[in-house]
Amino acid sequence: MNVDQIVPLAGDDAPPTESIDWRDVIRVGLLGGAVGVYLCLVGIVPVFDTRPLVSGIISLGEAAIVAAIATTGAVAARNAHGTVRSALMTGAVAGLIAGIMLSLLIVASELVNLRGFMLNASPQLVALLTFGMGLAGAWVPIVAGLVLGAAAGAFWLVPVRYRSPIVRGFLSIVILGLFAGLLRAPLLAAGMGQLARLLFASEGLTIFGAVLTFGLVVGGRIVRQRFGFQGRLDALPDARRKQLLAPAVVLVLLIVLAMPLALGPFFAQVIALVALYVLMGLGLNITLGLAGLLDLGFVAFFAVGAYTVGLLTSTAEFGLMQLPFWAAVPFAVIFAMLFGAFLGLPILGIRGDYLAIATLGFGEIIGILARSNLMLPLLGGPRGVINIPKPIDVSATHFLAGPVQIYYIALVFAALIAFIAWRLRGSRLGRAWVAIREDEDVAEAVGINLIQTKLLAYMLGAAFAGLGGAVFAGLVGSIFPSSINLFVSINVAAIVIVGGMGSIPGVVLGALFLIGIPELFREFSDYRFLFYGIALIAMMRFRPEGLLPSGIVKRELHVPENVGPATAVTGDTTPG
Amino acid sequence: MNRRLVERLTEAAIATFLWSFRLVIVLVVVLGSFLTIVSGKYDLETWVRLAVTGASLGSVYALIALGYTMVYGILRMINFAHGEIFMGGAFAGYFTAVVLDDAGFLNYSPVTALISVAIMIVVAMAISTLLAVLVERLAYRPLRNTPRLVPLIAAIGASFFLQYTFRGFFGPGIYAYPGIDFLSQQAPIPLLTIRWVELLVIVAAVVMMTVLYLFVMRTRIGTAIRAVSEDKSTAALMGIDVNRSIVTTFAVGAAMAGAAGVLYALMFRQVTFFVGFIPGIKAFTAAVLGGIGNVPGAMLGGLFLGEIESIGPVLFLDGLGVPAPSQLKDVIAFTMLVLVLVFRPSGILGERVTKDRA
Repeated sequence: MNVDQIVPLAGDDAPPTESIDWRDVIRVGLLGGAVGVYLCLVGIVPVFDTRPLVSGIISLGEAAIVAAIATTGAVAARNAHGTVRSALMTGAVAGLIAGIMLSLLIVASELVNLRGFMLNASPQLVALLTFGMGLAGAWVPIVAGLVLGAAAGAFWLVPVRYRSPIVRGFLSIVILGLFAGLLRAPLLAAGMGQLARLLFASEGLTIFGAVLTFGLVVGGRIVRQRFGFQGRLDALPDARRKQLLAPAVVLVLLIVLAMPLALGPFFAQVIALVALYVLMGLGLNITLGLAGLLDLGFVAFFAVGAYTVGLLTSTAEFGLMQLPFWAAVPFAVIFAMLFGAFLGLPILGIRGDYLAIATLGFGEIIGILARSNLMLPLLGGPRGVINIPKPIDVSATHFLAGPVQIYYIALVFAALIAFIAWRLRGSRLGRAWVAIREDEDVAEAVGINLIQTKLLAYMLGAAFAGLGGAVFAGLVGSIFPSSINLFVSINVAAIVIVGGMGSIPGVVLGALFLIGIPELFREFSDYRFLFYGIALIAMMRFRPEGLLPSGIVKRELHVPENVGPATAVTGDTTPG
Repeated sequence: MNRRLVERLTEAAIATFLWSFRLVIVLVVVLGSFLTIVSGKYDLETWVRLAVTGASLGSVYALIALGYTMVYGILRMINFAHGEIFMGGAFAGYFTAVVLDDAGFLNYSPVTALISVAIMIVVAMAISTLLAVLVERLAYRPLRNTPRLVPLIAAIGASFFLQYTFRGFFGPGIYAYPGIDFLSQQAPIPLLTIRWVELLVIVAAVVMMTVLYLFVMRTRIGTAIRAVSEDKSTAALMGIDVNRSIVTTFAVGAAMAGAAGVLYALMFRQVTFFVGFIPGIKAFTAAVLGGIGNVPGAMLGGLFLGEIESIGPVLFLDGLGVPAPSQLKDVIAFTMLVLVLVFRPSGILGERVTKDRA
């Protein structure tokens, strides 16, 4: 296009097909720089700097900024057609622009009073970006951007079959570096201290560990490609493939069951929470994934379940009956279900997006009521309901003591819900739900009773939310109004959406990502909802069907690029 | 036969339930109001005070609601992140106020105070507009013509993204707005106990809504926006730049929300990253209340909601012996939302959209 008018020197001796779109390169550079500055100012770079990835070499925060600049260079060079000169030049220019923006950030935070209101424009950030040189090192990001950008541009010169292994190699260093602490403990406990110290520093990988990881992953991928295991596996007849995969499934199952025992109490607590959210996500999966009702007030039924168990079992002030935990759980589920009917009946006639806001309102109402003086004599207000007995009463040294039992209980319930959901999906009711999700008017026209069918989905979701609340009460041993907040609803909804609406493995994956990782890494937890936000937007943009979608939802939500909008419109352009 | 019977019975049960729901609400309102007024605990001056607070709060809700209603009108999409646009305006106003305060301009005299507020509002409008245009470009535009839940979920994502971006930038703390002495004094208006700040909020909101109304009704681009709301493809055929109209809608709505952010913060004197969430939902309620897609309706709905929220807890609940009724003001607002959606989804002034225009 009209490129050469900006930088005429590009066309000097290069053939015209290799002309570089400098406008695009500059735009990518500016965008990448903006992302880099954003990462710095929002605090991801300085805060994550406290966690080393490769001990003594690079921290997670540094990795974030390096990745931002490298991505900028690689994206800028994406159209460079593999010529050495254009790949290096475009990458370098884009990296340079991003670097200049970072260096402007340094100047701004040192000279102008940016620090006065931007919390993270701190000396610590400047030191990090300049290797501790302060203002005098403002050139560092520029040079680094130039070099990194060029290196990233050179990525396109690598033969295609090695590109994916290299990216995976770097990714595995990041992942192993993050989980180093977790992997090191069992190695040490198993008496393999030598190996543990060779691979892992007290936090992050050792240099040797990083090089080894990179080498193994890249080598492994290349070998795998060469011999095409995946293709050979796919080519096998079904029965034979199942035979081969069966041991893998059993192994995964064993690992899942042994995890909390092997990895210690902190980790047990985390995965108990993950399992609890898997349970609730599977509940919402029926409402949202099958019937397509976006319920943002999940916490209302969670609260009903938790408070029912609390009030029925507590041996403290507000306890009513001192029932054992298991006797109270059915009540929790039934009450939550009735409550679902009570709230659902009036609102289920209204359309999807309004329903979301109305249910959000319900969640808020329940939270406010739990906190209020009005319900104080019954629910204890901010004092909460305490002394809820553990589901399984064992001595403190028993292997089921603490969160471990909640993990197993939640797993059993989750499996139960998954089974119910799976059986329901193919049933008359399940097909009615799917029909409603796809098109309410058509569904009504073929004789589906909308309100009743939606109500059943809503009530089932509510029942499982109540179950989740009950298990939560058992996990914590008390229930306070501060636990009844919007974030429970948002967590659960995000799990289902990111994982894949209507997909059971999707929910598990979503819970691992969205609950497990923020709980595991304390410094992530401040940024948890920032990542949720990015994840939700990116998901809707690139993969609205979720990470592990079910087949139907995928076909419904993923509009192929070559299909014009006319076929994708759902009544959007027709007024009245 | 049996199935038919079951269905009939369920329908009857649903109808009964809905009617008893209405009945209970009416009963609470009537009985509560009656008992409160009979008890004579509150004199006329208190009611007037509550009404004034309600009016100023309501004008803020109305300003925010305009953004919801206009975006909904043009894209049929609930812009969940609108509350965060409002929050961005409140933050922008805060930093402007601090600068002006440090310069000694803010509290120099009532005139400079008013000029300062005007500057704060302009800065806030600019920042909010910038935020909204960015969000529209990055998060919403790629999702046009997708199933309805998709943009809503993206909007929820944008809402969290903005909230936690501000949290990352400025920290989780509460920023106290610099005090403007003259605004907290009583305004010399006969028969009304009204502070300058409340008067300012109401006047500013009314002025801005008038300007917006004229903009939408009288200008070329306003006409274009209305045409696009009516029918995108036909508008495009008439030579209207649909994208430009949509961006303008976002920008105008965001400017109103930014101004509302400053006004809200002037009343409550503080701002945090979470400040936009609840007012956002309430303003959405106001938009639905007035009839979504309807500009005068949003203004009316906002005012109505502000008054209900201010007077309602005392009037309806105090007489019934509810302790600390003002804790429940949000409950009243959200119940309002549900009631409107269930019983009059068209709102006060609007056409019927929640069920039919699917």
